[in-house]
Amino acid sequence: MQSHAQKERNYSSLQPKSPIKELLKNNMRQYSMIFALIVIMMLFQVLTSGLLLQPLNITNLILQNSYILILAIGMMLVIITGHIDLSVGSIAAFVGAISAILMVNYEMSTFGAVVVSLLVGALIGAWQGFWVAYVKIPAFIVTLAGMLLFRGLTMIVLEGKSIAPFPETFQKMSSGFIPDGSAANVVTLLIGAVLSVALVISQVKARRTQMKFDFDVQSKGLFLLKMIGMVVLLNVFTYVLASYEGIPNVLILLGILIIVYTYVMRKTKAGRHIYAIGGNEKAAQLSGIKTKQMTFWVFVNMGVLSALSGLIFAARLNAATPKAGNLFELDAIAACFIGGASAYGGIGTVPGAIIGGLVMGIMNNGMSLLGLGIDWQQGIKGLVLLAAVAFDIYNKNKAG
Amino acid sequence: MTDVILEMRGITKEFPGVKALSNVNLQVKKGEIHALCGENGAGKSTLMKVLSGVYPHGSYTGDILFDGNVCEFKNIRQSEERGIVIIHQELALIPYLSIAENIFLGNEISKNGVIDWNETMMRTKELLQKVGLKESPQTKVEDIGVGKQQLVEIAKALAKDVKLLILDEPTASLNENDSKNLLNLLLEFKGYGMSAIMISHKLNEIERVADSMTIIRDGQSIETLDMKKDNVNQDRIIKGMVGRDLTNRYPERTPKIGETIFEVENWTVYHPTHADRKMIDNVSLHIRRGEIVGVAGLMGAGRTELAMSVFGKSYGKKISGRIVKNGQEVQFPNVTSAIKQGMAYVSEDRKGNGLILMDDIKQNITLASLDKISKRAVIDENKEMIEAENYRKKLRIKTPSVLQKAGNLSGGNQQKIVLSKWIFSEPDILILDEPTRGIDVGAKYEIYSIINELAAEGKGILLISSELPELLGMCDRVYVMNEGSITGEVTREEANQETLMMYMTKRKVRG
Repeated sequence: MQSHAQKERNYSSLQPKSPIKELLKNNMRQYSMIFALIVIMMLFQVLTSGLLLQPLNITNLILQNSYILILAIGMMLVIITGHIDLSVGSIAAFVGAISAILMVNYEMSTFGAVVVSLLVGALIGAWQGFWVAYVKIPAFIVTLAGMLLFRGLTMIVLEGKSIAPFPETFQKMSSGFIPDGSAANVVTLLIGAVLSVALVISQVKARRTQMKFDFDVQSKGLFLLKMIGMVVLLNVFTYVLASYEGIPNVLILLGILIIVYTYVMRKTKAGRHIYAIGGNEKAAQLSGIKTKQMTFWVFVNMGVLSALSGLIFAARLNAATPKAGNLFELDAIAACFIGGASAYGGIGTVPGAIIGGLVMGIMNNGMSLLGLGIDWQQGIKGLVLLAAVAFDIYNKNKAG
Repeated sequence: MTDVILEMRGITKEFPGVKALSNVNLQVKKGEIHALCGENGAGKSTLMKVLSGVYPHGSYTGDILFDGNVCEFKNIRQSEERGIVIIHQELALIPYLSIAENIFLGNEISKNGVIDWNETMMRTKELLQKVGLKESPQTKVEDIGVGKQQLVEIAKALAKDVKLLILDEPTASLNENDSKNLLNLLLEFKGYGMSAIMISHKLNEIERVADSMTIIRDGQSIETLDMKKDNVNQDRIIKGMVGRDLTNRYPERTPKIGETIFEVENWTVYHPTHADRKMIDNVSLHIRRGEIVGVAGLMGAGRTELAMSVFGKSYGKKISGRIVKNGQEVQFPNVTSAIKQGMAYVSEDRKGNGLILMDDIKQNITLASLDKISKRAVIDENKEMIEAENYRKKLRIKTPSVLQKAGNLSGGNQQKIVLSKWIFSEPDILILDEPTRGIDVGAKYEIYSIINELAAEGKGILLISSELPELLGMCDRVYVMNEGSITGEVTREEANQETLMMYMTKRKVRG
């Protein structure tokens, strides 16, 4: 126990001496994740003698990991509310199967089938959300049941066989690129430039308002450095994509999802409510937050994103198989915890889930390029997950 | 000297960047009850952690002499072997285990790792007899009340051959009756030669049982007083604790009471799981504009249940009765609608039900009124910052920034965050449930001032408290509850501890 005066002294000793230190200290967790991601990228870049960052491979990385990243976004929300969802892989498989039956067997239009599939996902999410939020059965049990139930249903509707092929328009969802006539993929470069301008404008605007209210802002030099860094990174990225086939459709989808969910979680009442429920459900409820309703909708959302993930996976594979989505849930959950989520709820960010997902994805990809077998890959991934969370807890103990 | 059981000399303990204890001295005589007093954060608990080996030898400087021997404890086990047992403020019992299992937890009577249950039960019975607890050793701890649980803790300490018992706020969660029992028990054990150190905020209890006391302030031992010789009274203790005279423990206030703005009529509530148990029985009360209305009662009288059932039915089942606000009957089907209609409830359990400790101060303050800082469901973070900053200054929350996590603040400052949250929601009626529990004297005064200001603004305040002096010092009128009913209503003029106590134990005549 410390007296107030001493506590204040304690705080002041935490006050930064230089802006760089301030930046590092305040965002320790976030930066250490990005740092880890960069180290892993460098490592595999060297080990694979430059194969990892080849335009073709980068495009592959995006295509391979898109469905896990989509799941990770939804999973992050579930974990922040203090729950877990083990059923997402099975839901993805089930929805993939439904879409195949609709499109292949019943020759429904791609658009119609996608809408119906997403609705099925929402219904499944509502089913699970009902048991978790209103009947108060632990999510671990409900979704474990869901994992078995929907895997079983997948096999029943598919009668144990695969269904293929999908119509071309549907395949394009996952394997297509944004249409571009030119050889140099000008559209891709243009998108990079437009995004850069939008980024700079929004950041400058935010900084201006903060200065207007006299809040602490980063020093001008640091801000400039950060802006330049981000713009360069963004354009190098689009340039690399452009030198292969351009921007994959699925990246556009993923980008929109990331931006929307980050915004919702950071800036809206709904996001604040989700964090509050995970932080202290009782306090949230007594502050007028409809905790049951919110938890229910988080599961509905997870159902929809699982369905989306299932569709993209089916489109990429160009088949709906009974085994689809196997172990997806574990990859998504691992992505969240590597990305800084707390197992007790209340803590975590959408970009964190994405970074965690990328760490897993790059490791998968890099180890495959090196020719490591699936046996070794699994083992190493397990250790990385443990190390990431151990590092996190070590940091927290040191800070507390 | 042989009559000194414990001497701590020149204890200094530093945490990174903070000196929590600086050259503290403490001397406890054999067979005395020694009180340890100080404001929250003064360093009492740290000192006891040094003594019991939670902070191992080497992490502090200074000497500990126990029973004439120098002690260098590396962990709690070593200090317990010597007969120093600490009972923490938050009870460390396992609810799903029996009383006997809890008493001998970590100290099991066993042969080759196999527990001897017969012996365990026999010893437990003896111990329970000693502490005056009439329960079977097989009863699960979750099935007995807090008061009895505290007795189990003491029995557990006795099972370890305790020579020096340390009690950290032993009566904080007990009602008056249980507290009295516990204190009598302490006096009884003292008669058998046991020594005790008692940390407490309840000065009247210290006055009653302690033989001597040491006051700690800002990590330093200020003075040691002999209760009889130095003629110590509560004012004297407070002066030592805060370093100044607190001539008035309750701020001055001239009540400006207006018309009735809130009424509860014939309110009846049943237990949420035992559907036939009536928890609140036909309660009616009213609050007028600018009035501070107290609710007294023993633990289990139904005060919190009443408050929570009124506040958007957040407690109980089969709720019946009428609520009238500003002359019109209103419905609060859930908490959200209660808040929208101008209600606020500061819960009894600050950390459990009031705050999100992992979130920062500003998020806690705005949580109940996000609408005020949002446009079309999007939060304006700049506005949020300004509002939070505003309350930090207004309520003098001691923190360099509202971005600090709520969990890092002291109890008094945490309570100010909760109050800020509810003041920001602009209620007409505030229900405050034990708003000063576990808060030190100085911060209490500030909280009282805030409550008075709110009343002066014309809000109606319902103040639930277990501390009778607080009710007497603050309220214009006090309702007394017992067993779910209101047994009495007394005005400021008529109120004194004796009348309140009489109503608190009075049983309602059912007719």
